[in-house]
Amino acid sequence: MTENVLNEIMALMQRYNPDGKPLDAGTELGADLNIDSVAAMDLIMEIEDKFDIDIPMNQVAELKTIGDLVALAEGQLQQG
Amino acid sequence: MDIFDKYAGIEQRHRALLSIGGDPFAVRVDRILSATEALIGGRRTILVGTNNYLGLTFDPACIEAGCKVLKSDGTGTTGSRVANGTYGRHTDLEAAFARFFARRKAIVFTTGYQANLATICGLAGPDDVILADADSHASIWDGCKLSPAETVIFRHNDPDHLDKRLTRLADKGQCKLVVVEGLYSMLGDTAPLKEFVEVKKKHGAFLLVDEAHSFGVFGEHGRGVAEAEGVEADVDFVVGTFSKSLGGSGGFAVSDHPKFDLLRIASRPYMFTASPSPATMATVTEALHQIETRPELRKRIWANAEQLHTGLRDLGFTLMAPLSPVIAIRMPDEATAVMAWNRLIESGVYVNLALPGGTPNGVCLLRCSVSAAHEPAQIATVLGCFAELASELDRLSKQNAA
Repeated sequence: MTENVLNEIMALMQRYNPDGKPLDAGTELGADLNIDSVAAMDLIMEIEDKFDIDIPMNQVAELKTIGDLVALAEGQLQQG
Repeated sequence: MDIFDKYAGIEQRHRALLSIGGDPFAVRVDRILSATEALIGGRRTILVGTNNYLGLTFDPACIEAGCKVLKSDGTGTTGSRVANGTYGRHTDLEAAFARFFARRKAIVFTTGYQANLATICGLAGPDDVILADADSHASIWDGCKLSPAETVIFRHNDPDHLDKRLTRLADKGQCKLVVVEGLYSMLGDTAPLKEFVEVKKKHGAFLLVDEAHSFGVFGEHGRGVAEAEGVEADVDFVVGTFSKSLGGSGGFAVSDHPKFDLLRIASRPYMFTASPSPATMATVTEALHQIETRPELRKRIWANAEQLHTGLRDLGFTLMAPLSPVIAIRMPDEATAVMAWNRLIESGVYVNLALPGGTPNGVCLLRCSVSAAHEPAQIATVLGCFAELASELDRLSKQNAA
């Protein structure tokens, strides 16, 4: 997990964290941040635009934590 | 561990909602009285949330056609068209849809939900990519899930974002299927189809438009938003439903693609389900005829929509979109939305409650849908109930501020 991708995604996550909870790679998107499937799509589009990548929805269902999100973004970045 | 433990979160949210009043998601209609009224909880209630846009559920000609065929052809087909055969009424209705849309091909489906499932997952294969609007209906998402294609999303009603997406995918040798809706059912906003058509042509993509809520309502002949925008020739596939303007249950898809019929032997939601019943074919065939021959139905629904839209706006409610037969009112939060929904049902007005999970951007909505069958006096009564609600909301917000 590169620091850069993690930090960029952490910055994007702040909008989804109105209570200002401490965030790390283990923070769960649904259970901890109450991100439902509709909000998750907004988040995915922000990450896609930020890194200029495509994240197929087929892979989004597997996401549980911020760490999963970072790993997915890194995987897509490597594919170019 | 119990198999239902995974639903603890939604169960808790539902319990909180019930503590405020009745269950907005399990309304029991004791008796349906007409296209616009029902007995609910023993009370005569005006229906302003049934998507019965043209009011054809009680049309005498449709009822007569259904009764006649129910007697002559029986209650059901008891199986799929692949296994049990196609009835003449299925192909006659398909020919009627093709004629109505001036298209070469039409296929009917057992529900509107399956029409999207079957068309999307039938068209998009393993090497293809689907580009879907972020506000798409659940049936579109489920069609995408059922398809082996990759699905990527673009921002709601944002042709520039779609353009960016398609540019990024340009080198990949896949077929691209863009999926949008004509009229979006929750907010009541329409797609900028002219701009979407320009983008799809630039990239050589296919365009599917779901006209479920716009069919029968938009366009000079009622063919939907694509007709209203003058872009039908550049829409490759149109999907729609029987269960709104046509007053039945089922769905359809039309196209000019010469190989469109391949879906009949390739798409599982078409192949592995019982075909629509003979009586459904009969009522929908007649309803299509009514739409073709009674343009005044469209005039009436737009006049009714304007009366309700203007009235609600004048009462100070925040409306989510310009004028259409779907009028969504923004509520400040979930508790207020649930309370307001309960006040309305207690005063004899049924609207839809729409909460995050089912709405874009986490908004809470009271959603109204207008019918051509509403009388202006009924809409005036509904507005009277909304006026009382507006005063109560105003009183509550002042109390909270004090």
